[in-house]
Amino acid sequence: MNSLKIDNLQASIDDKSILRGLSLEIPKGEVHAIMGPNGSGKSTLAKVLSGHPDYEVTGGTATLDDDSLLGLEPDEISRLGLFLAFQYPMEVPGVSIANFIRAALNARLKEGEKIKAVEYYKDLYAHMDDLGMDRKFTSRSLNDGFSGGEKKRCEILQMSMLSPKYAILDETDSGLDIDALRVVSDGVNRMRNPERGILVITHYQRLLDYIVPDYVHVMSEGKIVRTGGKELALELEDRGYDWIKQEAVAS
Amino acid sequence: MISPSQLDVDRDKGDFHYDTDYTFDAGIGLSEDVVRYISEVKKEDPWMLDFRLKALSTFEKKPMPTHWATDDLKNINFDVIRYYLSKGQQPSRTWDEVPDDIKNTFERLGIPEQERKFLAGVEAQFDSEAAYSNMKEDLAKEGVIFVGSTEGLKEHPEIFRKWFGKVIPTSDNKFSALNSAVFSGGSFIYIPPGVKLAQPLQAYFRINAENFGQFERTLIIADEGSEVMYMEGCTAPKFETSTLHSAVVELVALKGAKIQYVTVQNWSNNVFNLVTKRAIAEEEAEVRWIDCNIGSRLTMKYPGVILKGRKARGEVVSIALANDGQHQDTGAKMVHAADETTSNVVSKSISIGDGRSSYRGLVQMPGHLKGCKNNTECDALLINNKSQTDTYPAITVQGDANSVQHEASVSKVSAEQIFYMKQRGLGEAEAMSLCVNGFVNDLIREFPMEYSVELKRLIDLEMEGSVG
Repeated sequence: MNSLKIDNLQASIDDKSILRGLSLEIPKGEVHAIMGPNGSGKSTLAKVLSGHPDYEVTGGTATLDDDSLLGLEPDEISRLGLFLAFQYPMEVPGVSIANFIRAALNARLKEGEKIKAVEYYKDLYAHMDDLGMDRKFTSRSLNDGFSGGEKKRCEILQMSMLSPKYAILDETDSGLDIDALRVVSDGVNRMRNPERGILVITHYQRLLDYIVPDYVHVMSEGKIVRTGGKELALELEDRGYDWIKQEAVAS
Repeated sequence: MISPSQLDVDRDKGDFHYDTDYTFDAGIGLSEDVVRYISEVKKEDPWMLDFRLKALSTFEKKPMPTHWATDDLKNINFDVIRYYLSKGQQPSRTWDEVPDDIKNTFERLGIPEQERKFLAGVEAQFDSEAAYSNMKEDLAKEGVIFVGSTEGLKEHPEIFRKWFGKVIPTSDNKFSALNSAVFSGGSFIYIPPGVKLAQPLQAYFRINAENFGQFERTLIIADEGSEVMYMEGCTAPKFETSTLHSAVVELVALKGAKIQYVTVQNWSNNVFNLVTKRAIAEEEAEVRWIDCNIGSRLTMKYPGVILKGRKARGEVVSIALANDGQHQDTGAKMVHAADETTSNVVSKSISIGDGRSSYRGLVQMPGHLKGCKNNTECDALLINNKSQTDTYPAITVQGDANSVQHEASVSKVSAEQIFYMKQRGLGEAEAMSLCVNGFVNDLIREFPMEYSVELKRLIDLEMEGSVG
């Protein structure tokens, strides 16, 4: 199957259950959004799928084009084609953006092979131009001392350079002003194509004005409790999350 | 630029040795007879034998410095060490003349290629004595001297004796006394006034025999207005038992001279590496120690500069990497002894596994001096929570016409940083390696290009080994 498929996924941290039977399928070519109140487990889903060592998967399955993701190392998952744009990208002093992305690309090649520097920089600069990033950025340390907007642009730059099969964007809108939001969204929209599935995690509807999803899912208490079209996001904006929580309890 | 494969000082590449028949062997253990034997083999003048014997008695009287240094020093057994081993070779001037087994060793380490590529001269020491020593002809014509210490003493006694033991007195510490008693090998360099060497001189120190102690003695004199860069590399194969390397290095930078001394040591992890290095900088002279300590069981090394003349400058730039079972106890000494002298110390250490790094810094500025400045930065990076780092600064500043700045930081590579990097597809070792390289990046740029490439690769190798 050409999809990122999650079935009845359960996961916990420090014996505290966070994901409680979550099911979701994102076929290539579609953009899905997950919305939900704080603490519903949205970011946990992103980390569990990426193989974060702090979480224990206690049940269910997660597959990427039929390859199981569970039990793999984060770097193996990455190389299978799953990219996570972090809500809080880590600062790595002394490691330049250019060197970091190049190392990540080289990690995808066979042993002994290396990408060619000239082509690499041409490609990198083109992507940076698209994101309105100054070329001086290439030599800056990864996320070190970056503003919130710079960090998010840098995430999108990495995503576009690594060209993943599936991308999860975790609260990419947090900390962005309206101009940065537009640039970042444009970057994501450029990556929409029939060969790629995208999952956008967000707390606010605002982002979905720019990245218009095919489906919106509402998450509560570690599960998807409602699925609809892009209009569901507007309804949530209007009515808040409480009515969904109540419905979920009622059922 | 030289490709890394031609400049290998990596430990796995260094981990080989050849059985060698030694013509001269001082036997096992330390005694007056051993000292006399060494002096006799080298056909030294009586003053040198006297010097050695006095040093032996100083060594015997001095206690092990365990009141401030690690107790691991007690594990050195001076009675089982071999103090002098030599095939009786004269240092060859052409590569073809080097005995085959020794040539094989250095060829595997890439010395001849290096020499052809970028060195002004090279000396290669095999156990106790120089096996090969060569310098470009035009330098010799300018009066540059670059020979082994034995030869330096014989051929240039007037310069040698004037400075030998003057920067580091025998009684400086227990190991400088030991070196003074049994030293052999090392380089003797003299750069005439105004001569500026465009290419570096290099020495290569190789321990080949088990239970062997290497005690080279290096003396570099840069005469007025001259400039020289000297680089040394060190390796030893992995033996079952401990090996001792205890060098003494003295530098003299006369008025306006510049000396850069670059060390990349990559000892196997049972070498006790206890080295005393110090320089005198006269008026407007500049001395830089650029030091990278990888490997060894215990390294104790605090390169120093005595800033003796007005406006002299001293600098120590050091990187230490302590992996499992290793202790890097390194630092710097800056002794300000004239007005307007400046010193700068930048030290970065990395501790991995249960490795331990210590920084010891000494800065002295007496009250009668004016316009002196010192800047010290020491940063430590810890990888996993068993590793340890400590800082022991000793700063004595008097008077109010001088300034001192000391900054220290400790940082950790966090699990979240590693997760972030792995999410982009990098393996764990590679992610850590990038973090470590990032941490030392600004200092690696201080090393000559050929060494900085090699250093990065050495760090990668260390990180590969540290991830289970």
